[in-house]
Amino acid sequence: MKRRSFVKKTVLSSFAAIIGTELIFGANMMEGYTPLALQEPNPFKLFSKNKEMLVLNDKPWNIEAQAHLLDDKVTPNSSMFIRNNGKIPEEINPETWTLTIDGEAVKNKKTYTLADLKSTFKQHTYQLTLECGGNGRSEFDPPAKGNQWTIGAVHCASWTGIRLRDILEDAGIKSNAVYIGYHAVDAHLSGDPSKEPISRGCPMSKALQDETILAFQMNGEAIPLAHGYPLRLIAGGWPASVSGKWLNRISIRDKVHDGTKMMGTAYRVPKNPVAPGEKVKDEDMGIIESMPVKSLITYPKTGATLKENQPLEIRGHAWAGELEVEKMEYSIDFGATWTTCLVEKPANRLAWQHFSASINFPKKGYYEIWAKAIDSNNIAQPMLLPGWNPKGYLNNACHRIAIKVV
Amino acid sequence: MIDKNEFQNKIKKAEKTAYKAIFFSFLASVLLLFAAYDPTFSIFGNKETALTYSDTVENKNEDKIENGVHIRTGLVDAEGLITVVNNCTNCHSAKLVIQNRMNTERWNTTIKWMQETQNLWDLGENQEVIVNYLVTNYPPIAKGRRLNLTDINWYTLKK
Ligand code: HEC
Repeated sequence: MKRRSFVKKTVLSSFAAIIGTELIFGANMMEGYTPLALQEPNPFKLFSKNKEMLVLNDKPWNIEAQAHLLDDKVTPNSSMFIRNNGKIPEEINPETWTLTIDGEAVKNKKTYTLADLKSTFKQHTYQLTLECGGNGRSEFDPPAKGNQWTIGAVHCASWTGIRLRDILEDAGIKSNAVYIGYHAVDAHLSGDPSKEPISRGCPMSKALQDETILAFQMNGEAIPLAHGYPLRLIAGGWPASVSGKWLNRISIRDKVHDGTKMMGTAYRVPKNPVAPGEKVKDEDMGIIESMPVKSLITYPKTGATLKENQPLEIRGHAWAGELEVEKMEYSIDFGATWTTCLVEKPANRLAWQHFSASINFPKKGYYEIWAKAIDSNNIAQPMLLPGWNPKGYLNNACHRIAIKVV
Repeated sequence: MIDKNEFQNKIKKAEKTAYKAIFFSFLASVLLLFAAYDPTFSIFGNKETALTYSDTVENKNEDKIENGVHIRTGLVDAEGLITVVNNCTNCHSAKLVIQNRMNTERWNTTIKWMQETQNLWDLGENQEVIVNYLVTNYPPIAKGRRLNLTDINWYTLKK
């Protein structure tokens, strides 16, 4: 006890001394420079999150929303899930931050400062849906490994930045380019500096889309630290892990990127359907690309009690990876009958779409409202769990809420 | 914004603690040197009991159990607890362990995966202790293809 508190004190006090000197320069502290050490142990304050967010893991931070917290058309930071694979970088200086474009298939390896990026290339703003590949993992049986996300690992914020295409073309793309792979400054949980917690990417076709951007703003402000400050790749409609945070390097590869979490079972699913719990060989797994069609009822919150004859207005969002949601339906009788909802066009490609409906319940009792989105290829969300896979990805089963009419 | 006085006070405080730290670090180095030359502290006679005492006090606070739960990690108090605490809560928090439910075979595969890719060390005989603890205290729950909605907080929805 004594030894420990002694060690703690020494560490803390030398720290205070360091912080003390740092605070003297506090006035000149760059905007957005966020020494985490000065902040709260309370994660809701630390990350400016709604207190109803659910903390799945505190090292590394993994926090998800609940359906009713996602009611806004454009998701505010307070309701955005956090999925971190390693430790959040602590000291980021935007003045000295650089991004390097390299790889086997780059014509000229090039390094840009943040200021270069902002001044050289045209900026674009898009609302983009990012869903964790493992959203809904908690429902798989047998249980799938990893953070047990329920429904709240999805958001659609407004992102501002430059097109990845513009910067890749500025450095020059060779004809043998296949894939891009990102690298970032977050640290591995084991503390091993030679290990990257995550380094994923996407095929050139996705990298070159208009909406694939290198963002420095989220909802009109600097990206919050936990969401990738100062530079984040945003690839809407694909597993959110493609949208790497804290980026300092992008490699144009002449093969499928082989960084951390591109291999094995990470963000990969069986190429052919398997029975629940079945072992799958590495070579029989394929990388997840576009996310499947899905929706959430964000109003009302589950558990609403209504009076008889009181109509209920429901609303929510629907999204379909690379595709658009064509039709949206709800059922109050467990799928025996379905009624069409109003569904809006997306603000831009890859933004989630808003739906609404007014429901009249025929008599008193317990109801569940099930919501089902159908994409432009006429593929619908299943009511039951979709195909089992070792890591529990791609659960797009219908969302439902409980209602009582009394 | 910190007010100027308060700020200066803080700096003063930091300075004081820094001096204390230097003093204590000096003391610590002397003690360390001493320990290197005389690891059993034989010069003070019977020191062993004192050392064991401080060790147990430390463990008691660190590994406090309340209502069958290890407070620091949230793990259930059962056979193998401390082995799990010592080997499985270093890199990530125990929350990641508690969330996951597997059978023996899948736990062994997960451990092998962490050893091959995440720098987890060889657990030797502890592996069986750990896996037994996990499958006994956190067994998989059958969920079928869809569970009932549970834990609903009912509330009145105003018009
Ligand atoms: C040397 C560091 C280290 C130690 C020690 C360690 N782990 Fe891990 N473990 C990791 C990393 C890194 C991950 C990946 C975390 C992530 O993706 O969020 C992980 C993931 C996991 C997962 C999720 C698996 C998945 O597929 O996502 C479980 C469960 C787990 N660890 C259990 C354990 C248990 C039980 C022990 C004790 C035997 C342990 N860990 C010890 C580094 C470690």
